[in-house]
Amino acid sequence: MTHYVAQFEIPFVQLLNEQGILTGELPEFASNPAELCCLYQTMVKTRLFDKKAIALQRTGKMGTYAPVNGQEAIGTAIGHAMREEDVFIPYYRDYAAQFQRGVEMSDILSYWGGDERGSQFQDNAEDLPICVPIASQCLHAAGIGFAFKHRKQPRVAVVCIGDGGTSEGDFYEAMNVAGVWNLPVVFVVNNNQWAISVSIKQQTATQTIAQKAIAAGFQGIQVDGNDIIATRKIIGDAIEKARAGEGPTLIEALTYRLSDHTTADDATRYQPEKEVKAASLKEPISRLKHYLEQANLWNENKEKALVTSCNNAIKDAVEVYLNKPEQPVSSIFDYHYATMPDYLTEQRATALEEANHD
Amino acid sequence: MTNITLVEAVTQALAYELKHDKDVVIFGEDVGHNGGVFRATDGLQKIFGENRVFDTPLAESMIGGLAVGMSVQGLKPVAEFQFMGFIYPAMNQIVTHAARMRNRTRGRLHCPIVFRAPFGGGIRAPEHHSESTEALFAHIPGLQVVIPSSPKRAYGLLLAAIRNPDPVIFLEPKRIYRLTKQPVPDDGIALPLGKCFTLKQGDDVTLVSFGASVHETLQAANQLEEEGVSCEVIDVATIKPLDIETILNSVEHTGRCVIIHEAAKTGGVGADISAQIAENCFSDLIAPVQRVTGYDTVMPYFQLEKHYIPSVNRIKNTVLSIME
Repeated sequence: MTHYVAQFEIPFVQLLNEQGILTGELPEFASNPAELCCLYQTMVKTRLFDKKAIALQRTGKMGTYAPVNGQEAIGTAIGHAMREEDVFIPYYRDYAAQFQRGVEMSDILSYWGGDERGSQFQDNAEDLPICVPIASQCLHAAGIGFAFKHRKQPRVAVVCIGDGGTSEGDFYEAMNVAGVWNLPVVFVVNNNQWAISVSIKQQTATQTIAQKAIAAGFQGIQVDGNDIIATRKIIGDAIEKARAGEGPTLIEALTYRLSDHTTADDATRYQPEKEVKAASLKEPISRLKHYLEQANLWNENKEKALVTSCNNAIKDAVEVYLNKPEQPVSSIFDYHYATMPDYLTEQRATALEEANHD
Repeated sequence: MTNITLVEAVTQALAYELKHDKDVVIFGEDVGHNGGVFRATDGLQKIFGENRVFDTPLAESMIGGLAVGMSVQGLKPVAEFQFMGFIYPAMNQIVTHAARMRNRTRGRLHCPIVFRAPFGGGIRAPEHHSESTEALFAHIPGLQVVIPSSPKRAYGLLLAAIRNPDPVIFLEPKRIYRLTKQPVPDDGIALPLGKCFTLKQGDDVTLVSFGASVHETLQAANQLEEEGVSCEVIDVATIKPLDIETILNSVEHTGRCVIIHEAAKTGGVGADISAQIAENCFSDLIAPVQRVTGYDTVMPYFQLEKHYIPSVNRIKNTVLSIME
């Protein structure tokens, strides 16, 4: 005879529906309406930044850039829910979180502009740089979470990854160890439905990505990633749960990539037009705006003032980026080892000599 | 003072650093209660507790990635890969992250990690347990690669590796884990990384080796001595950064050089040493530089491995061939 030894459920959470109508109770963090406006402002700033960054790439002033249009709620929720002493381990669509954690807009521009100083983060000593190789950052989060637990520090490591990244072994290995060691790690998946041109349906046979946490022995939750209120709540709850020593959580935030994968990509080659059109009606910013307006927390004057101040800040960041003096040629060599080995000292001298001849 | 083996010297160094640096943590597969499959961490968990010495789930990329995360938080992970043949899943973490973090962040973050792995053949091990692929790591900017060949050097170099602020690949030649014993004072004194050790002085030929092959090289040198060929023997010890000065100085003196290592010939460390000799002291050479290495084949399974590993005879014959 057969009996069931284990059964699982994956909750889906949405508090603000596609029409911007509250369908659940407003969570604790939103008891001060200013917090909701703050989330809105970060999302708008991120979207305007995104537009500018794409324009910089298109006009030859920056290298390849990974846009974040339509997915601003996820990074915004992460950055808002984390405490300063926590550590963020980002991938390359997390600018909204990074901005809230002291990473300058000019840093992100420098990063995609081919300048390592973009990962130096002057006002953020411990967050990791943007991780490009896919899913490997999940293991760094586990290691950082281990360090917190080892030193009995009430801190949390938050890592973000795309839906495609969840097919990588490192994602599973990280969840497995985080589960078995009960580490203070929150895994956030930006499920924007596309890994470059490969859709989520080609990526996994599972109904959800969230359920992959079950195999690692902890909770997986699916949230409407275009609903900033729910996303902020669920991520915040998971962070505080981890801080309290109750272990990791996997959060799958459902959204849609309303952009190319990077500026080197052309999403019209694979994203069906109808699908994009439908997704664009669900995007996070207009949804929250509608709610805020209905609640008399937002109006056109505030909107105009916000857009002006964001655009001014972006303009300043672009100025900083474009006017940053190029790194000296010696910097190619200067950061490989604490003490430079002789062969690098020699090669450094050669490179400097060559550069002087140019 | 009792004489100890190379693997015991590894344990002694690990214990010393665990005792004196609270940030050191040791982990890997079976390193905890079991003390590692070669017993390199024997007894350490009992002394220092499960928070400092612990088993991980069985996943090598995870071991590499955990070390990166721990190290950017200021811990000093000493991560063991059970055999070098199983290190490859962690290559992405080692090459893409550990080796690059300092440069990527312009010095903001760095990875003081030691990745330990037993390597090389000659112990009749199962398939995939006997390779020598140290050159893969020596090729990677940001890494340092250290290979001890005696108990004393294992102790002193491992201390230095753990204290080094950047990632070190520490490869332990398992064929000589228990080959010889010598007294190794537990004085916490590190040996310098990036320096060769001249084990024997001589006038006619410079024999350059590292790892387990140092032992066949010394035997060959002693036999050649009886036949009237005076050999200088250098243990490279750190293959990256390479102390080429010591090698060049010796070759300038002897005019001949034979490089001996167990790893495959093409793209091996010997190729780089040979090139640097050609670049820097071509006019001092009396004879062409020779390499005695493993063949460019898959490491044979153990029935035939003795034909692959450079033997005393192969070394001797190669030296004699350039003594005209």
